Amino acid sequence: MFGYYLDLALRSLRRNQALTALMVLAIALGIGTSMTTLTVMHVLSGDPIPAKSAQLFRVRMNVSPDEAFKPGDDAPDNLTRRDAEALLHDARADRQAMMSAGSLVVVSAQGDPLDVDARYTSADFFPMFDVPLRYGHAWSRSDDTSHAGVAVISGTLNRQLFGGADSVGKMLQVGDGSLRIIGVLGDWDMNPRFYDLSDGQFGDSEDVFLPLSTATDMKLSTSGQMWCWGNSKDAHGADAPCIWLQYWAQLDTPAKAVAYRQYLRNYIALQQKAGRFTHPGQLDLQDVMAWLDAKGVVPADVRLQMWLALGFLGICLLNTVGLLLAKFLRRSNEIGVRRALGASRGAIFLQCLVEAGVVGLAGGVSGLALAGLGMVLVRHQPTDYAAYIHMDLRMLLATFVLALLSSLLAGLLPAWRAMHVAPGVALKSN
Amino acid sequence: MHFRHIFSALGRHRIAVCLLVLEIAFSCAVVCNALFLIGNRLELMHRSTGVDEAHLIHVGVRSVTPGSADAVMAQTRTDLAALRAIPGVVNVSVVNQVLFGDGVSFSGVSLSDDAKAPGIQVTQYLGNAQLADTLGLKLADGRRFKPDEVISYAQLESGGSSAPVIITKALANHFFPGQSALGKTIHAFGADRVVGVVERLVQPRDYGPAENYDYAMLFPVEMPYSQGRYLIRVRDASQRQTVIQGALRALKADGPLRLISPKYATTLEAARDKYYRNDRAMAWMLVGVCVLLLVVTSVGIVGLTSFWVAQRRRQIGIRRAIGATRGDIRRYFQTENFLIATLGIVLGMVLTYGLNLLLMAHYELGRLPGYYLPVGALALWVIGQLAVLGPALRAAAVPPVVATRSV
Repeated sequence: MFGYYLDLALRSLRRNQALTALMVLAIALGIGTSMTTLTVMHVLSGDPIPAKSAQLFRVRMNVSPDEAFKPGDDAPDNLTRRDAEALLHDARADRQAMMSAGSLVVVSAQGDPLDVDARYTSADFFPMFDVPLRYGHAWSRSDDTSHAGVAVISGTLNRQLFGGADSVGKMLQVGDGSLRIIGVLGDWDMNPRFYDLSDGQFGDSEDVFLPLSTATDMKLSTSGQMWCWGNSKDAHGADAPCIWLQYWAQLDTPAKAVAYRQYLRNYIALQQKAGRFTHPGQLDLQDVMAWLDAKGVVPADVRLQMWLALGFLGICLLNTVGLLLAKFLRRSNEIGVRRALGASRGAIFLQCLVEAGVVGLAGGVSGLALAGLGMVLVRHQPTDYAAYIHMDLRMLLATFVLALLSSLLAGLLPAWRAMHVAPGVALKSN
Repeated sequence: MHFRHIFSALGRHRIAVCLLVLEIAFSCAVVCNALFLIGNRLELMHRSTGVDEAHLIHVGVRSVTPGSADAVMAQTRTDLAALRAIPGVVNVSVVNQVLFGDGVSFSGVSLSDDAKAPGIQVTQYLGNAQLADTLGLKLADGRRFKPDEVISYAQLESGGSSAPVIITKALANHFFPGQSALGKTIHAFGADRVVGVVERLVQPRDYGPAENYDYAMLFPVEMPYSQGRYLIRVRDASQRQTVIQGALRALKADGPLRLISPKYATTLEAARDKYYRNDRAMAWMLVGVCVLLLVVTSVGIVGLTSFWVAQRRRQIGIRRAIGATRGDIRRYFQTENFLIATLGIVLGMVLTYGLNLLLMAHYELGRLPGYYLPVGALALWVIGQLAVLGPALRAAAVPPVVATRSV
């Protein structure tokens, strides 16, 4: 029966090619724009580190003195060096790292200066975020405490400076000093760069990694947010009243997360007792996805575009409903004949839906082509996420499901009307 | 006379008419709000900065081996002299932050030195005595900095120096509404005395509450090149590229190994362009949506009207046979479309308002000004009439003889 309906549908669609083309065009436009924006949403709201996103927690505390504390505010994103170092010293999580973005000028063997993004951090950074190393190894916790002059560089920088060869043991000239390269990263594509969203949310990872203790010794310049209260000569100093360090903790089980939260509460209570502040202090321990959500990694514009596209699809469907209605009712005679020859209402209904589905699938195929065009447009947008937008298999399937569902939805009312065509009236008017 | 017939004919196609009305209404709502969003973006992109953007370029230089603070300052003076000697250059300053640049520097500012006094975050431009002139700011009140008022960055940070400060008119109105700010004291780095008020200057980037966008202060500080960028004002806008080339050459010619690259040299206009490119892209995308929406709506109108024309061939033939002219038939369909469009637009106004409320709740958007409604209405009337023209002409071409045929 289905094959027969399909045959009827194709015949009917062929009979009135202009109307069919208009319907397919409307659905294709709606599906094309919707799938383009949904794909952008899908990529942007994706999990950057699926295996561990529930175990990695961003630690935020507000332990600023009373004059810098506003009760309604969120806890600031970053910590002071004093607090970060205290937490790192206690080491109560399974792994923990403090970090800051930085910017360096390194000099190649030919003497050309080259500016690179850097990350000053502590040893656990690498195992914690599953950072792959091609050559050598990362530094150890003892390197942190001994302020070792070591660095791990990216594969890109390794290619630029050393032609991609194993550069472990070579020296990296940074300003007046130099760092010994102990590791070279493999391909590390972490997008969005959840561990520090303040310095561009999407993009390549940093080129040079070195211990934060070493970076502060060498007075290397940091980038990202730096917020100080009161005046201080050296914002990076051990007790400077400045908030600038990101802090992450790895807590492998929910029980550990609960215990860690309690530990942080105790830490805040201790600070209160020490007289740093009299307000209750604030605490925020968020896992990766909660953190990304809180920071609004999906831009408001992208959300707006998605709703706009879905609204557009809705209007396209309204349009299709009208056109299908016209198409089916135009065939009242034919339907009357079929009904008179014994076709049930259900059969007419099904036949109409099959026709709607065929239109939907055709719209889906053309919509996919339009979505492909949309992808090209999105990738040429001047956004930092443009390069990471791609359509995966799931979105490809979703395109057809969406096209089929929406065309069937659009076909419901017209099919309902068509099956109620009174055979007698339809035949008589003929 | 006509309308009654049209309404009774439409009554026989209630569902199809409702669909068309709904489609027009939703299109109207989306188009009006999209136009409003486009208007908002355009307004944002064309905000004045108070700075003479057409004549400014800036060049950043990064040191490789910085050396002592004194050496850096000496190098800065050498650089400034070399840059000033370039033909076409009017003024050069080292400034801590540039408009549309990557970084923004803020200080908490209040009216008393009590740490608990209510303060706001205000952006600060630090540069030499000519900075206001280099930026091309218009002085509204008071004076510019005198050369002997310039202090070092260390002095400013230590806070005790009570530096003179120039503030924007907006900031002056915030702190001293209804009175002159001249001679008053604000507390940013210490007790800073207001010596001048400029018409307008804005934050380098949008940051914090929108009403703070045009709060800014200037301090006379001798900045080392390592803490800022060279801001160069040219005499003639057409010379900007030549001056950039000249500046890079001049900087490279002298001094230690430094990172000097065209990558870090730009005209302010190019920087502005880059800063607003997302907004521009969004505006174009909204234009695209409006166009597609109107296309789809007209497709719907063409489709349904064609269906009605085909269905009523016999009736049209009869009308023609009993004396209706081609023009009568054409006008009938045009009037019909006008009525449907009007119904759609009326409903669309309500939906427009609803959608605007929704956007206001979720996207920090203002109330839609009334003048977008007639624009949207006009667009849909015109689209409707254009779309119906083809089917209406086909209807008018139906010969009277159809009336005499049985099918």
